[in-house]
Amino acid sequence: MDLDSITVMLRSFWTVWLMLLLTGILVYAMWPGNRRTFDDAAQIPLKDDGQEL
Amino acid sequence: MTSATLTSGATLGSQRVSEDVRYHEDAIRLFVIAAVFWGVVGFLAGTFIALQLAFPALNLGLEWTSFGRLRPVHTSAVIFAFGGNVLLATSLYSVQRTCRQHLFGGEGLAKFIFWNYNVFIVLAALSYVLGFTQGKEYAEPEWILDLYLTVVWVLYAVQFIGTVMTRRESHIYVANWFFMAFILTVAILHIGNNVNVPVSLFGMKSYTYVSGVQSAMVQWWYGHNAVGFFLTAGFLGIMYYFVPKRAERPVYSYRLSIVHFWTLIFLYIWAGPHHLHYTSLPDWAQTLGMTFSIMLWMPSWGGMINGIMTLSGAWDKLRTDPVLRFLVTSVAFYGMSTFEGPLMSVKPVNALSHYTDWTVGHVHSGALGWVAFISFGAIYYLVPVLWKRSQLYSLRLVSYHFWTATIGIVLYITAMWVSGIMQGLMWRAYDNLGFLQYSFVETVAAMHPFYVIRAMGGVLFVTGALIMVYNLWRTAKGDVRIEKPYVTTPHKATVGAA
Repeated sequence: MDLDSITVMLRSFWTVWLMLLLTGILVYAMWPGNRRTFDDAAQIPLKDDGQEL
Repeated sequence: MTSATLTSGATLGSQRVSEDVRYHEDAIRLFVIAAVFWGVVGFLAGTFIALQLAFPALNLGLEWTSFGRLRPVHTSAVIFAFGGNVLLATSLYSVQRTCRQHLFGGEGLAKFIFWNYNVFIVLAALSYVLGFTQGKEYAEPEWILDLYLTVVWVLYAVQFIGTVMTRRESHIYVANWFFMAFILTVAILHIGNNVNVPVSLFGMKSYTYVSGVQSAMVQWWYGHNAVGFFLTAGFLGIMYYFVPKRAERPVYSYRLSIVHFWTLIFLYIWAGPHHLHYTSLPDWAQTLGMTFSIMLWMPSWGGMINGIMTLSGAWDKLRTDPVLRFLVTSVAFYGMSTFEGPLMSVKPVNALSHYTDWTVGHVHSGALGWVAFISFGAIYYLVPVLWKRSQLYSLRLVSYHFWTATIGIVLYITAMWVSGIMQGLMWRAYDNLGFLQYSFVETVAAMHPFYVIRAMGGVLFVTGALIMVYNLWRTAKGDVRIEKPYVTTPHKATVGAA
């Protein structure tokens, strides 16, 4: 089996790969350990504006 | 460094800023001025061509002022001149604050981008009026101008991404993700859709490299993603910075914003074929475009919920802050037009709606309601900050602008719904002998009253924008209007309880 046919075979499962990717993103977004990071990130726009040049 | 910054930095557990962050704002003021100027020009051009459709005598019998040449002037003025300058202003403003870093490349690069981007716009508009066009919707500028824009856009990408890469904040805030997706995708779209072969080295005329239905598919891959990444992802970047900022509350769900970002990016890029239903485009591609358009409901509504729910617990601000009202109403319009869009991409619905005014109405509920309203909100927020004023000249005038423009939009989109559906139904009406019941000109005559109503909506929208110009002018001068203030104190019951 050459590289081309492997590529074609893998591409035919593209919905599966996309679903896996989406699942990965959902897991990352909902992972309990990331909660604190995201809560902090949500505060970024509300911090002190600093000074202008 | 103020003590407030230190405290917040420490409590939020993020990277401390070890020295003063000094932001660049000169170029951003220029972008804001240009955005307001082009906004008025674009809205006026739109109103004028709306009147041309109602009263063809307004074509003036001149080739330079005919509808066909002025229409791209209107679309480019509102999308690329108004929308583009708004995006440049807001992205370069918020990236500095969310990265706690001044602009990569400094004020000089930002001003270079400003002047060249706006010169490009003037040249493009002139070329349309003089009759030069690629004949591709939203990609009308000829090859030489395309090359010019490519250079300017790459510099913008360098400045924005450079600022993100040199950030002092450890996390890349979600607004910057949306802005980066917008900048990168627009670059790819612009290049992909403008692979042209010039007829001569010093002539304006060129032909597309791909031809036939492939050319149509490339054009609508570009066209729909210009909507998806220029008019949606870019303005979602504005939403994720300016709505929390104005509401003084963090975004409703940061997790949802991550899911919103990735799903929107993945799905939008496939939706283009819905512009080519029932054409020679292969059926599977049409169905693919339809399917992905329907799936777009999920990220679109997820994003809308995230924007609107940011106000949860602070809904009273909608009553007392017309600027926030602009921002939140824009998100509601975003929800409405992203509901309508997938609906119209369903093939049987599209069979009725395509090529009719319904499409035009749909575009404007997104363009006026979502894009322009969130821009107005951001501009009203930015001008007092950038001109170092404690407040706007008048919040009451913001409210007048809001209601004038809202009534204008309602007139516009309702007129186009009625006109478009009527037009679609008249086109497909058969008499009992199997002949078409109406000639084309009969459908045009039937649409006349709705064209007049639509133009009235445009007049109201321009009027609102002129109220904004006056308000911003007086704000920049440092004036404050003597007016009845909005009551911002809590309800009596709350005060009593406290």
